[in-house]
Amino acid sequence: MRKIGLMGASIALLVLSSGVFAQGGCPAEWTNMSAELTAACNGELRGTIVTMSGPFTDADEVKFNESVAAFEEWTGIDIQYTGSKEFEAAITAAVKGGAAPDIVDFPQPGLLRSFVNDGLVIDVSTFIPAEHLTANYSQSWLDMAQMGGIMAGVWARYNGKSLVWYNIKAFEEAGYEIPTTWDELMALSDQIVADGSSPWCVGIESGAATGWPATDWMEEIMLRTTSLENYDRWSFPASPEERLLFTDPVVKNAAEKLAEVWFTENYVAGGRAAIAGTFFGDAPAGMFSDPPTCYMHKQGNFITSFFPEGLVAGEDYGFFYLPGIDETYGKPFLVAGDIYAMFNDRPEVRAVMDFFSRGESLRTWLASGGALSPHNDTPLEWYGSEVERGIAALVAESTSVRFDGSDLMPGAVGAGSFWKGMTDWVSGTVDLDTALREIDAAWPQ
Amino acid sequence: MAVLTEKAKINPDLKPDRLAVGLGGLASILIIFVLGFLWLRDGQATQVVKAFVAIVWGVSGVAGLYFFANMSAESLPERWMKRVQPFVFVGPAMALLGWYLAIPTLRTFFASLYNQQGEFGLSNYVAVFTERIMVEAWTNNILWMIVGTTLTVSLGLLIAILADRSRFENIAKSLIFMPMAISMVGAGVIWKFVYDRNPDIGLLNAVVQSAGGEPQAWLSLVQPWNNLFLIVVMVWLQTGYAMVLISAAIKGVPDDLLEAARVDGATEVQIFFRIIIPSIAGTLVTVITTVIIFTLKIFDVVMVMTGGQFGTEVIGVRFYREMFTSRNDGYASAIAIVLLLAVVPVMIYNLRQFSKRETF
Amino acid sequence: MSQANPSLAKDSVFQSLLSGFRSARGAKRRSALIVNGVLFLIVFIWTIPTLGLFISSFRPEQDVKTSGWWTVFPHQAWTTVEEARPIPQGQTRDQPITIEGVTAMFDQWTKGVQIDADTRIIWKGNLRTGRLEVQQLRWTFNPILTMDNYNRVLAGKEYQLQRPDGTTFTVQGDDLTAGFLNSLAVTIPSTIIPILVAAFAAYGFAWMDFPGRRALFIVVVALLVVPLQIALVPILRDYVSLRLNGTFLGIWLAHAGFGLPLATYLLYNYISTLPKEILESAFIDGASHFTVFVRLILPLSVPALASFAIFQFLWVWNDYLVALIFMGITTDRSSHVLTMRIAEMVGSRGQDWHLLTAAAFISMVVPLAVFFGLQRYFVRGLMAGSIKG
Repeated sequence: MRKIGLMGASIALLVLSSGVFAQGGCPAEWTNMSAELTAACNGELRGTIVTMSGPFTDADEVKFNESVAAFEEWTGIDIQYTGSKEFEAAITAAVKGGAAPDIVDFPQPGLLRSFVNDGLVIDVSTFIPAEHLTANYSQSWLDMAQMGGIMAGVWARYNGKSLVWYNIKAFEEAGYEIPTTWDELMALSDQIVADGSSPWCVGIESGAATGWPATDWMEEIMLRTTSLENYDRWSFPASPEERLLFTDPVVKNAAEKLAEVWFTENYVAGGRAAIAGTFFGDAPAGMFSDPPTCYMHKQGNFITSFFPEGLVAGEDYGFFYLPGIDETYGKPFLVAGDIYAMFNDRPEVRAVMDFFSRGESLRTWLASGGALSPHNDTPLEWYGSEVERGIAALVAESTSVRFDGSDLMPGAVGAGSFWKGMTDWVSGTVDLDTALREIDAAWPQ
Repeated sequence: MAVLTEKAKINPDLKPDRLAVGLGGLASILIIFVLGFLWLRDGQATQVVKAFVAIVWGVSGVAGLYFFANMSAESLPERWMKRVQPFVFVGPAMALLGWYLAIPTLRTFFASLYNQQGEFGLSNYVAVFTERIMVEAWTNNILWMIVGTTLTVSLGLLIAILADRSRFENIAKSLIFMPMAISMVGAGVIWKFVYDRNPDIGLLNAVVQSAGGEPQAWLSLVQPWNNLFLIVVMVWLQTGYAMVLISAAIKGVPDDLLEAARVDGATEVQIFFRIIIPSIAGTLVTVITTVIIFTLKIFDVVMVMTGGQFGTEVIGVRFYREMFTSRNDGYASAIAIVLLLAVVPVMIYNLRQFSKRETF
Repeated sequence: MSQANPSLAKDSVFQSLLSGFRSARGAKRRSALIVNGVLFLIVFIWTIPTLGLFISSFRPEQDVKTSGWWTVFPHQAWTTVEEARPIPQGQTRDQPITIEGVTAMFDQWTKGVQIDADTRIIWKGNLRTGRLEVQQLRWTFNPILTMDNYNRVLAGKEYQLQRPDGTTFTVQGDDLTAGFLNSLAVTIPSTIIPILVAAFAAYGFAWMDFPGRRALFIVVVALLVVPLQIALVPILRDYVSLRLNGTFLGIWLAHAGFGLPLATYLLYNYISTLPKEILESAFIDGASHFTVFVRLILPLSVPALASFAIFQFLWVWNDYLVALIFMGITTDRSSHVLTMRIAEMVGSRGQDWHLLTAAAFISMVVPLAVFFGLQRYFVRGLMAGSIKG
């Protein structure tokens, strides 16, 4: 692996001199370590290689590599990460073809679940001490890692979704206040329309993945209009009988609520055509044009990488929590993230998996920005950017945290009919009932 | 025939010495193959060295394989030689095809008979023809096949003919060919700059707007015409293919034939229909066959531009999604098998042409 | 056999044109004009999309994402000549608004309303806090061109990171050299091997008689339509047991296997149309199939071999999926091919898609060079020479 000028040289130096630090190089705060992690920290696994694959590329890949560099130096285990586009196809072929890497990063737990059902995934609870897992993850994370009777992996990072981004200067100029309830949000939307503009920018076009931003909106509204039990039954039912169908009035109600925002005249800049025809990454640009064509954009925190160059968080743009609709359901927060699962059982792989269950594995990434840590042992001050610290605080304040439902669903729905059904409905190809029925039909029996 | 100075007299009897040399050569080539294979697999040289060795090893190894296998075959008594030699020629290709495509296709066929619950039957095939999305995909594929093939082949032919008569032949052909050299991700960006909904980015909408029209979301909301806009992308990419093959065929039309026709006072149009078209008919059939198959398999254009959404679903995208996203192998397999059945008419036509051939 | 000189052949066409049609010289010139005119039109339309990409590749990111590439050319655009004129207060969206004697709805004002031939007023911002701008049609162009995209693609991006202690550092991303070399190492053998194998098979199908000939030919045509995706998993499984996974050899064989149906079919169609008489006379002279193939058929098939070589080369060069499956998952970045490196470059979410403008041209250079290199084999007269010979 070609690693890069000065950095490379300094790493090489550190590795050479690491004999000095090897003993007890791991942080002293680590407790409840698995036998393999302890062995690794004692330098007993020096020289081993752990292969890893996932969808991080480019900057994310660099941040990942830098984040594990310290651990590699302490233990002498080389973590070789390969990121790819078309990740689903690649990993499906690799696993079925018997060439699975040691650790795979799944941004879609639904895909992981299908491998668990095939009996290919190693149960991490067999070697990571239960005390550590329960201490370092909140219960909802552990629940979501529980698949087919095993602990299918460890949650390694996440992104916040329930965020509405806005142009601070435009808000100030027009005298708009940040809404804290759904009614205020709708009142603000009406105000913006009356003022002659459009409150929202929405774009769901994303090439092969067209439709996914629409599923995010559906999930947000589901969380705000029905119980968590229903959301769980909808997104990852424990049994087929329990499943909440898309044709259920609860889901249809959420879609109709969504239609109130998306299809009300002048609510979305460019109307229905713009929703269907705008690349999701281009959608927020309208907030920053002169004059702004819209004032608000709901999207996960990664969207800031699509904002025009040179904008500063806190000065040019800010975010607020997408308010709840029905008080009964509190302040839910929607997240998405990456679960790392293990396909080959060797001591060094176990040690690395245990490492990923600790906040330390994200430290440089958190400082550099672009990820949030699901680990309880991550203090807020590790975050390098105000935005992410703010999101982490919002998550901490929320009454419940739920994972992106479409990522939990089986691939046929979550990365297939759900995207397609929403897109067909938005673009007017089919009516809502047909769309919901067709989404349901794709659910594997 | 000046080239054929070597008079390899065909001997009706077995020639043991030649057979020994042939088989010995074959054996040593196989050993070299295995050694090279091991070295290339496990050797430590840099990629550049390996690539260079591989080119020499692969090409000369394959050539040597044919040479010695043929020598062995030719040393056999004539009756046996006639039986064995054809397999020396087609055998290696068939072996590779068998490993890489034919056996996987057979497995696919068996997989297609099991549905997701593991029940044996034709339920996957029923679904392939009845689901709304599949019906949409079939309809679109027929559109792709008819419009896409017609445009690609006729434009390829037109350009090849025009270029053949133009002083600017090379530059014109290169520019038409250029899209073929562009990777699909690059092509995706190129056509974003044409079709984008925003008239500040999409050229088509900029033109429409300056003509006083409303900008359109060409690929998403202009249904069902968005399929045609996607087909345009394919035609733009693939016309170079048709042009190269047809152009090569036109170069093969004997000059004296054309001269004679011109002397007889034939017009250019007559020459085109009476001489050029019949002379290149074989190539045209080839091009049409392969372009029909391209359009049936069409995948990347649709996947990159719309992902099969907005009523642009095609068989290739459905297959890919069932295979890798839904992980519904049986269903994906059934789609692949039906695709295979869809080309039966093309196969029959080709077989008929094939059977007319005289051989030696 | 006398190999006809292509340039001579071309000259003889010219000669015949001149001598045969001296009387109709004017008509000839007109027809040449029509030929070149139509050709130019088609080529022009064909090139516009690529031209757009080419120009975009030299534009800064912000320009690429906010304005059309054609704005680099001089064009007439509405240019603000007077800013920040106050708006009439107390207006609503559903009532017409009169400004400077012109009445229009608010939504029209925000798009700009012409008050005379070359002046318009545009309402910027909302009904309460907006402003009016007076704009005139002016000639303008957008001249900022830069090599930034090419630099970032070729030399690698720079990533700003922060250490836990708050200090920042820069990581220099990989350049494209390794990607280029890997792509060449994958593509050249993947092009030559299937051509050689397919040419033998094509000759066998075209001129040899053997049992099972029809059935095997049908298999070849049928496999043309089989999506290669069905083979990925079984082949990967074989590769794992042969320890071929992640090796160049594995990917060469895979590309050879997947390219064979088309190679065999195309070459068969060419080789089978060669005049029977040439082969007949060779066989009468006592030549064997092997000699005929090597000495006669291969040289005559150069145009077909060259065409297929071009196609196979650029399909393999631009392939992403096969490389990803057989090289991508289990090997580190140092053995990734160009297409993979380019796909990775746009970022996990595709936020840097503007870099694809430059990357597309960089990756196009090699296939285009191959095209130019092999184009000289598409010449008239090969066949003519062989018949006369």
